[in-house]
Amino acid sequence: MHALANPARFLSFARPLTPWLGWGGAALLGASLFGGLFLSPRDYLQGETVRIMYVHVPTAWLGMGGWAALAAASASHLVWRHTLAGIAARAIAVPGAVMTALALATGAIWGRPTWGTWWEWDGRLTSMLLLFFLYCGYLALNAAERERGGEAKLSAIFGLVGAVNLPVIHFSVIWWNTLHQPPSLTTEGSAIDASIAWPLLGSTIGFTLLFAAIVLMRMRAILGQARFAARLRRAAA
Amino acid sequence: MNHWPFVIAAYVLTLGATGVLTLASLRAMRRDEGRAEALRRP
Repeated sequence: MHALANPARFLSFARPLTPWLGWGGAALLGASLFGGLFLSPRDYLQGETVRIMYVHVPTAWLGMGGWAALAAASASHLVWRHTLAGIAARAIAVPGAVMTALALATGAIWGRPTWGTWWEWDGRLTSMLLLFFLYCGYLALNAAERERGGEAKLSAIFGLVGAVNLPVIHFSVIWWNTLHQPPSLTTEGSAIDASIAWPLLGSTIGFTLLFAAIVLMRMRAILGQARFAARLRRAAA
Repeated sequence: MNHWPFVIAAYVLTLGATGVLTLASLRAMRRDEGRAEALRRP
């Protein structure tokens, strides 16, 4: 972990890894979504809308997983002052916000034919909406700190504090009697049939690999900006 | 109720947004790394 905090070392593995993650994720995603759309059966209760799950579940997982990674990077930035950790947190924020927005939108699209409503102020939906606002707040705070030439300490603290919302999202369907169904995957087993589980697992891994590639691309872009500014200063001196 | 328009809307939205995000990130990476590299050359 500490060894990777060196930007040159990070770039030496990020450069070859980015296309592998990107193309691998896209291929797995394409195959899984094809299977989810055309090969897996319709659900006896939900009908064809069960196919929305193959895009909804991975985006919701990445919205939450994205913030968990952002919080871990923020902690590393605060404790060990790793510049790369701050860059990683900044690189995760936009893809994480997009995934959370997609989870909310696909959930609403699924909810209309299934629940008869686009939106309900229940625990899971409201805490996911709060997560989206947290991402927006992080982006605004981080941009303001960078504009003032700060070390983005406040946004790192914000990233850590915002992680409190993650267990609330996870346990919301257990703590409160919500419209959203309880978890289908628990430590005691899976309530999902294998014919539906394989495209779901494939699309979740595919989306995750693609998400990792996007984060690496954004980290490399930020490092490129920093190198450009440093070389410009050296050239001017 | 026909469910397919809802399924198609969800897929178009998700794949469209993910595609735009991927291409924007790739473009930014190539632009910023290219600018830094161009300045290194004499």
